[in-house]
Amino acid sequence: MDIATIEKTLIPALAEGAEDRAAIDMKVGDTVRIHVRIVEGAKSRIQVFEGTIIAIKHGGIRKCFTVRKVSYNVGVERVFPLYSPSIDKIEVKSRHEVRRSKLYYLRSLRGKKARLIETRGVLNN
Amino acid sequence: MASIKPGLLGRKIGMTQLFDDKGDAVGVTVIQVGPNHVVSVKTSDGPDGYDAVQLGFGTQKDFRLSAAQRGHLAKASVPTVRTLGEFRLAKADLARFTPGAILGATDLFKVGDLVDVTGTSKGRGFAGVMKRYSFRGFIRSHGTHEYFRHGGSIGTRLTPGHVMKGKKMPGHKGNATSTVQNLQVVRIDAENNLVFIKGGAPGANGGNVRVRLAIKS
Repeated sequence: MDIATIEKTLIPALAEGAEDRAAIDMKVGDTVRIHVRIVEGAKSRIQVFEGTIIAIKHGGIRKCFTVRKVSYNVGVERVFPLYSPSIDKIEVKSRHEVRRSKLYYLRSLRGKKARLIETRGVLNN
Repeated sequence: MASIKPGLLGRKIGMTQLFDDKGDAVGVTVIQVGPNHVVSVKTSDGPDGYDAVQLGFGTQKDFRLSAAQRGHLAKASVPTVRTLGEFRLAKADLARFTPGAILGATDLFKVGDLVDVTGTSKGRGFAGVMKRYSFRGFIRSHGTHEYFRHGGSIGTRLTPGHVMKGKKMPGHKGNATSTVQNLQVVRIDAENNLVFIKGGAPGANGGNVRVRLAIKS
């Protein structure tokens, strides 16, 4: 028994009653809406973080992705663990043509230069 | 007196991560703690003169054991095991163990328990004081000359005229028994005898470890 085998058994255990995160068709360059569950005392509410996936890292249960958006001229990046229970829902809005797996170059670009070219008709939703 | 909390022998499998109730990712070490075979129970009234339980863990080919070892295991009708280990016990705990019994993760631990994990740390060879004792070293600029990773002065002059005993100096680091105390059990896989422990445990993956209930809990 090694750690890779154990990690595989952990994934379905976490996904009980939740959407199948592994099956979500998301790629670097996609514009996504992440519905994040925020707990404030006894209450919890949903907040949406919308932006571009600029990196997908690791694999298995530790899979993470980085979402970047520009908010009031300030770049904001958030790293989400794919299997995090605080993610309520992941919506993939659109796909863009990208030629590399990490879009860190977007950080140094502003305005029109930071745009990506959309590829239409590839998403099922 | 050594520790008197019961424990199990195990094997460190590796590290991964889990999510806690708040949704935060927690780094965990996976340890396989079974099946453990109770080989013998020693009592302070008996010939051994102290209260302890001897456990066996792992599998070993018959021919690798001496006749004496085979006989010792056969007495408790235990299969050939790879490692043996003892846990000193309080007298009250002795009743929990009977020779020949097979123990698994859930027999001793439950989620939320604090445990101590003992293992052999990874050997680092002959290491300098920066790696071995986390000394600062010296500034890299302002004319520092061939003195970047040194430990500095090791004492004074005529008084006392010698280096103090125990002065931290370069030497062999690691490959020594090491214990990490008060690690929390966050998950148990009863079927495979796996305990998931928050934080790190000494030694390399695949190394033998002892997991016991925390002596400070």
